[in-house]
Amino acid sequence: MLASILASGLAAGAIYALVGVTYNTMFSTSRVMSFTAGQLAMLGGVFGSMFTLKLGMPAIAGLLLTLLGCALIGIITEFVAVRPVLKSLDQHLYVLSTLAVALMIQQVAAIKWGTEPQPFPRLLGWGSGVTDEKFWLPVLACALTILGLEYLYRRTLVGRAFVAIAEDNFAARALGLPERNLRIASYALAGVIGGVAGFSGGELLLAFFANGALLNFYGFVPVALGGLGNNRGAIIGGLALGLFQQAANFMVGGIFSSVAVFTLFIVVLLTAPQGLFGAATARRV
Amino acid sequence: MTAVATVPPRDETGAFRTALPHLAPFLAVFAAAMILPLVGNDYWALIGTRMAIYWVLVSGLNLVVGFAGHLAIGYVALLTLGAYTTSVLVAGNVAPPLPVFAALPIAACVGALFGVIVGLPALRLRTFYFAMSTLGFATIVTQIALAWQSVTGGGIGIAGPEFPAPFNTAWGFYALCIAIAAFTTWISANVARSRYGRALIALRDAEVAAEATGISKPKMLIAIFLLAGALAAVAGGLFASLQTYITPDAFTFDLSVLFFIAILIGGRGSILGPMLGTIILTILPEIAAPLAAWSTFLYAVLLLVIVLVMPGGIAALLDFRNRRPLAANRAIVPRPTALAEIMRKRAGETALKLRGIALSFGNVRAIDGLDLDVAPGQIHGLIGPNGSGKTTTLNVISGYYAAKAGTMTLGDDALPPGLPVLRATKGVARTFQTPRVIGEASVLENVMTGGSIEGRASFIEALLALPRNRQDERRLAAKARALLGAVGLEALADVRADRLQHSELRFIEIARALMLDPDFLLLDEPAAGLSNDEIERLAELIKTISARGVGVLLVEHHADLIFDICDYVTVLNLGRTLAAGTPAEIRVHKEVVSAYLGG
Repeated sequence: MLASILASGLAAGAIYALVGVTYNTMFSTSRVMSFTAGQLAMLGGVFGSMFTLKLGMPAIAGLLLTLLGCALIGIITEFVAVRPVLKSLDQHLYVLSTLAVALMIQQVAAIKWGTEPQPFPRLLGWGSGVTDEKFWLPVLACALTILGLEYLYRRTLVGRAFVAIAEDNFAARALGLPERNLRIASYALAGVIGGVAGFSGGELLLAFFANGALLNFYGFVPVALGGLGNNRGAIIGGLALGLFQQAANFMVGGIFSSVAVFTLFIVVLLTAPQGLFGAATARRV
Repeated sequence: MTAVATVPPRDETGAFRTALPHLAPFLAVFAAAMILPLVGNDYWALIGTRMAIYWVLVSGLNLVVGFAGHLAIGYVALLTLGAYTTSVLVAGNVAPPLPVFAALPIAACVGALFGVIVGLPALRLRTFYFAMSTLGFATIVTQIALAWQSVTGGGIGIAGPEFPAPFNTAWGFYALCIAIAAFTTWISANVARSRYGRALIALRDAEVAAEATGISKPKMLIAIFLLAGALAAVAGGLFASLQTYITPDAFTFDLSVLFFIAILIGGRGSILGPMLGTIILTILPEIAAPLAAWSTFLYAVLLLVIVLVMPGGIAALLDFRNRRPLAANRAIVPRPTALAEIMRKRAGETALKLRGIALSFGNVRAIDGLDLDVAPGQIHGLIGPNGSGKTTTLNVISGYYAAKAGTMTLGDDALPPGLPVLRATKGVARTFQTPRVIGEASVLENVMTGGSIEGRASFIEALLALPRNRQDERRLAAKARALLGAVGLEALADVRADRLQHSELRFIEIARALMLDPDFLLLDEPAAGLSNDEIERLAELIKTISARGVGVLLVEHHADLIFDICDYVTVLNLGRTLAAGTPAEIRVHKEVVSAYLGG
């Protein structure tokens, strides 16, 4: 049982962590928490199944097209729902505008793709039981994403510019960084990360339109645990959440695992509102 | 605050006349609901009943979303909870079967409890977190309804409660739902126009100022979450009966979206707007049947359009009164003498004393061992260059910052560090460097907010508009009008505050602070942005206030004003006292002249 808990816990946790990183990537350049994060991961599964199973493309072509599609959705989100409300961040209109876009994505997926979960193809056909690829693919994808992001943020000019914008938007603009283009790029990147989450987790979660809302919540819990914009916190929080949820699932049953996650979420928000790894809030007066 | 902002009555007939334009739309909707049985068939009974049930939920949710400004997007979960609780209790799956009219109140209690649990994150964190916790709750409630088969019937479902005669026919049930909807409209309007409704809007738009007037955010929000949760659960019980048979599939997230968007289309801080929004959104898929599958998509488009193009919603469209232009050449002419009738005269024995106060932000010592005495009936000026710690001192006194060292006493009592909400009860009021007023509320309501802690009626009394609440309202309104007269703004009492000029906002803040009839008044740069004439009038006003025995602490950059009216002046530099004394002494103090005044 321990092996099953570990395998499914880490797999689910890696998906939650990736969705958390998707939230953070959008947040870092725009200070906006977008409801599209979970939907992007849902689309990763739906697009993946559509390209490889419905249209019969090879897995690698399916992956690339999926990521392209998700990046495009990310960019559209920036134009439609984020840019127009950035002027008045303090009114939190972004909650509504990104929710609207997320609902549109979900509804189109429900109507065009169908409301039943549909299968996702086996990509490699490696492993069985607890070593099945559906368990380790998300973990591998999560690890590769972290390495890729670390390389991007530390070694490349564009990545450093992202970091600069996230640290201090005004100072970065004063230095002449193209803030708007970087923001668009970060939304495309978030789309890609969300797409990776959905594609690698496709065999586990299937191609199902309702995964969007589910992942919106389960992907946000690690962000709340780790603190807004803190990727390391989101990864640790995501994996911990996955293990916690699956342990509860195996030991006390499905109903109570979701109750346990929700309780954990509320308790963390009340005791450590800035997350376990987060920084203190800004001055109010 | 458009549809419900009735002017508190002076006499009963006058009250009715002013209330009529506000009441008329509600009466029209009610009349339409009464006519429906005469012209419609059973199909319309179904639609009408559904509308009424949705509105029962939305009328409570509106106080959370529209008034308190908390984005509760998953309220379908509480509808689900109410529906299952009622059905299970009536079916007798866990306990002996109950009659439906006993099950509904129990469901309301369960809903109220969970309304608070889901709302807990909102007490400390805003917006996205609360939105997420309601979304998360919506996800798990459906999962539990599916998985807990022995009680909920799982995916197969459970029969909804059946109401006894005469409510077991289509129109009988319709009448019951309309009656409940009318009742919830009434109580939500009562809350909206009471000090509780104003406090919610104050917490939404000017949280810091609301705390300074003694409004406790947790208490307010918990009361509202209890009410909204209970109403949602009652709506759920009625919904289950309307459906006759419920499965988890009946409670899609689309319903949540409908409730939420109805409020936003309707407009924040209105009751009529969200009601019309609910009616429109319920009818829309019915009259456009081919679009039914796309209804959520349409709602989402509508939501985006509203957010981007028309943030005020229907309520703003219907707000004709606030489109009339204001007089351009209006002047603020305070009548300080009127204050004698409004403010009690204090004997003036307790002084506000600060000893050795120190506070650092990181490595910056904002205040570094400050001693300060504000005597009753005196105007104490606090001046110094930018960054010398003037506003920080005010924030320490009013509790926004807790000093790292030092003591504050008010007479014999210690003033606890932190806890801004408790300052109002101690008789300490303040204004802010940037005026913090509620733009969407009227000037009068803004000032009335200042007297929130003087209200004696409990939330239940406000809910049912009992006599004590009406007395509160009359007293607060009368005092606020009198104070507006004293600061020279009575002509603008019913205007939305965001239409006013900057200088007028400063005087609103003073009037709001005086609602407490405070012993100490802290003014943070009240003359900034005022014309010379206005500064002169402000000086008169401040002098009159202190003549009532109020200790005034005045932070200012206008040296003339300071030297003109202050009894005592403290000069700060880098968080320390550079000099202290009478204006005459300070004016010639060498270091002050070189460091600050120039000379």
